[in-house]
Amino acid sequence: MNISNQEYGELAKRISPPSAMYKTIPMAFVIGGGICVIGELLLNLYQMAGMDMEQAGMLTSMSLIFLSALFTGLKLYDRLAQHAGAGTLVPITGFANSVVSPALEFKSEGYVLGLGAKMFVIAGPVLVYGISASIIYGLIYYCFKTFGG
Amino acid sequence: MGMCEGKTFKFSNASVTSFAAVVGKVEGEGPYGSEFDEVIEDNKGGTDTWEQAEAGLQKKSLQYAMEKAELESGKMDIIFAGDLLNQCTGSSYGLKEFYIPFVGIYGACSTFAEGLLLAASMVNAGYVENAAAVTSSHFSSAERQFRFPLNYGGVRTPTAQWTATASGAAIIDASQRPPFIRAATVGKIQDMGITDLNNMGAAMAGAAYDTITRHMKHMGTHPENYDLIITGDLGQVGSDMMYELFKRDGVSLEGRHKDCGLMIYDRDKQDVHAGGSGCGCSASMMCAYFLKKVRRGELKRILYTATGALMSPTMVQQGGSIPGIAHAVEITSE
Repeated sequence: MNISNQEYGELAKRISPPSAMYKTIPMAFVIGGGICVIGELLLNLYQMAGMDMEQAGMLTSMSLIFLSALFTGLKLYDRLAQHAGAGTLVPITGFANSVVSPALEFKSEGYVLGLGAKMFVIAGPVLVYGISASIIYGLIYYCFKTFGG
Repeated sequence: MGMCEGKTFKFSNASVTSFAAVVGKVEGEGPYGSEFDEVIEDNKGGTDTWEQAEAGLQKKSLQYAMEKAELESGKMDIIFAGDLLNQCTGSSYGLKEFYIPFVGIYGACSTFAEGLLLAASMVNAGYVENAAAVTSSHFSSAERQFRFPLNYGGVRTPTAQWTATASGAAIIDASQRPPFIRAATVGKIQDMGITDLNNMGAAMAGAAYDTITRHMKHMGTHPENYDLIITGDLGQVGSDMMYELFKRDGVSLEGRHKDCGLMIYDRDKQDVHAGGSGCGCSASMMCAYFLKKVRRGELKRILYTATGALMSPTMVQQGGSIPGIAHAVEITSE
């Protein structure tokens, strides 16, 4: 070869086109914001129907998760995500999509070894570290409450 | 008999007697859609799973090639076949019903060139009367094995390539009918230290440069001696990188290079980022387009160099880089 790996790596970096951030960031903002607006609308609707804030909040999350699962099944969520990027990844809908998509895909290997085993292949780390972090946070909070006065 | 010149083999008795390609819907909608023997609209090809659909692609492409050569299974001496799936199941399941002696091969997306050069070697040496080279890839089966579930909303980076749903089959014999396989160079594994799973072009460009350079050196040729130098699936990034490497040697490929990954789709209209890839990508473009042009004499001498990223998700997760490989096959009309 007429080039060292280090030089080659630099060449690869120079030639590889970066993401078009002038386009991707506004799209993520608009679509991600749009999902939040839908959430806000649902929250208001549930409250207008006579629910208290806590109930309405919970139902809003459930509704968004349902809609995301539905649109994942209809093969529309990933199409939207190609334009939205983090806009569809960050809200709760993104989490639902990351559970539903492997569940759908690995159904072909059966309900136990396929769907069941692979369902959390993407969301698993989020759950593991999310729950671990919340336990640590809880312990710290408990210590402060008990010993901090 | 073949003569070994350095690491380039020369053949005097290997002709591509028939060839055929079968592709999926997206490829059928691409610029060369009408050239393929069959476009399968259903992503699962009437089966239950994508893996079975991929096996079906190989079965169909070999069937078409055998029909064109008027050969039955009993008259076929050997098959070299491969694909991207673990255990090369696209090949073994797709071709099991033919009952033809079978050699499974793997060279990632370079597999079709590997198959052609092995088949040509066997025929040229006189061990067999005919030999087939078959490969396939399927977008959906490859995505789930190497990346994410199909409906997961992950964003593809601009350097990512689109695995072609396609299969190509070619039958080599000593029939003295063009196209002729005249020479071949086996690639060396080139690890350029690329670790980005979404930049296969960069991982393979070094291997393409190395194999093409060695082939031309052994043959005493220059890019001007070829009507076209055809790479497998370097895509935009890999092609640009290969030009840069040649430029350092003062060699220009301008106007003589085509990349199957850049041809199979319309990159302006089809959302495929840096281009197509997969074992079936260059196999189907060769069998549907380039070999036809050589047979008609519209292309007299081509250097087909299929490139492969020998990528393992496990090794990349363990911090390893992605080695590349490229095999070159020289094909002429006379």
